[in-house]
Amino acid sequence: MSDKVIIAEKLTKRFGDFTAVDAISFEVNRGEIFGFLGANGAGKTTAMRMLSGLSMPTSGKATVAGFDVYRENEKIKRNIGYMSQKFSLYEDLTVRENIRFYAGIYGKSSSFIREKTGIVLKELHLSGEADKLVKSLPLGWKQKLAFSVAIFHEPRLVFLDEPTGGVDPVTRREFWNLIYEAAASGITVFVTTHYMDEAEYCNRVSIMVDGRIDALDTPGGLKKTFNAVSMDEVFLKLARKAVRTAD
Amino acid sequence: MTAVTVNNIIKRYGKKKSVVTALHGISFDVKKGELFGLIGPDGAGKTSLFRVLTTLLLAEEGSATVDGFDVVKDYKEIRKRVGYMPGRFSLYQDLTVKENLDFFATIFNTTVEENYDLIKDIYSQIEPFKDRRAGKLSGGMKQKLALSCALIHRPSVLFLDEPTTGVDAVSRKEFWEMLKRLKAQGITILVSTPYMDEASLCDRVALIQSGHILSIDTPQGIVQQFGKKLLAVKAGQMLPLLQALKEHPAVADAYPFGEYHHAVMKGAGRQELEAYLVKRGFEFELKDAEPDIEDCFMGLMRDGR
Repeated sequence: MSDKVIIAEKLTKRFGDFTAVDAISFEVNRGEIFGFLGANGAGKTTAMRMLSGLSMPTSGKATVAGFDVYRENEKIKRNIGYMSQKFSLYEDLTVRENIRFYAGIYGKSSSFIREKTGIVLKELHLSGEADKLVKSLPLGWKQKLAFSVAIFHEPRLVFLDEPTGGVDPVTRREFWNLIYEAAASGITVFVTTHYMDEAEYCNRVSIMVDGRIDALDTPGGLKKTFNAVSMDEVFLKLARKAVRTAD
Repeated sequence: MTAVTVNNIIKRYGKKKSVVTALHGISFDVKKGELFGLIGPDGAGKTSLFRVLTTLLLAEEGSATVDGFDVVKDYKEIRKRVGYMPGRFSLYQDLTVKENLDFFATIFNTTVEENYDLIKDIYSQIEPFKDRRAGKLSGGMKQKLALSCALIHRPSVLFLDEPTTGVDAVSRKEFWEMLKRLKAQGITILVSTPYMDEASLCDRVALIQSGHILSIDTPQGIVQQFGKKLLAVKAGQMLPLLQALKEHPAVADAYPFGEYHHAVMKGAGRQELEAYLVKRGFEFELKDAEPDIEDCFMGLMRDGR
């Protein structure tokens, strides 16, 4: 299989006469942490929906985990993980039940689930909480658990949509540790964030403005190109050019 | 003059076996005309505190006043005088922009015209869409409409609960510029946010975590209290570098901080650390760093544990 987990060529989505995503082209490598930035309304969500097989592109080409976004979107869904700040776990199920439920949806065998649940809970230091309701856990633990659940079925690629929103600074860093570990194990990470320091933790970062990808490079490369001291400054320089108001 | 006083407020939820304490005896004052920030992660108790102060929730213990009125006894007076923008969009989605604004003006026995000067700066940006239903507005426009509605009765104290959560960096900057202009009109503003970098835009801030206030001061004052030497280090291999920093005895804590890692030093020890990193084979850049609010917040969390 190719080392490119995402290949997008002139991928476009129009709603009526509004072009939400305007011919974006980029590639994401296996095991890469790819930061997908942009102002509200720049088209990030629409692009992510197309790449995760939830929305048909209007034109252009894309393959995700080796599967075509038009013809093989069901296979894409099976081979990716997804987590957002808003949608993560069922609060009224226990930790163990949540894992069982999601892994079951992805068609994992009972023996696989049983064995791996123990390992994951140990890594998260949650072994003692396995039978507690998720709603009783602190937010930071929930987010770390949600991430582990999103990659429990060992997908090739995981989409993280603002995974650290509202999380305290210590937990935010612990969360990024989990991201690094996942990437080191070969899982590609596609992440959006509003925290510009987190953009620095990505291997490469793209910045969307008005439906287009206006910049794509390593954080160091972007700072050099835009003559900026921080990613915050790079982002402001690009996003201020936006004509569109917001989502 | 004091706009808000909070004395030993305790707020609990739940009954008997499953009691959760959201606020553990919180106390602070906000001066008239101040822009006061409540900075902390989700679950810190920010919303509970705002609901107590806006008389929407009763505290179990303690007392509080807003604009000189008691939050329990004089709740009716307080409701006339405060503006409240909840974290979740709570306007009427199937009324238009104009209808929402008229509705809130009428409820407070006033008119849009009477207080138009106060909201003009904000409302004029969404006025071209005044016949659009609120539910059909973009996130940024909803926020501006909600702020206009919270201001339409010219409140003396404005409570904004996480107005910038999930908002991109550019829109966040614009929002804070709006707040500065409101402050210039003499309105006391209490704003909560999980974004540590917004602390520097407030006159004073309270850092809050798990229902406890970690520190209250001006942003500069909080940074000055950090009290430890801070170094910024980067190298080609950031993960091994972080591990190496954590293993050195002179380092109290080390964590990623954007492009660099921050190393909080127990004492001096910069030279020893440099020699150690050379010996470990790192090609690195090391410099003194100024702590910011996030460094302070993590330091206070560390001390509290």
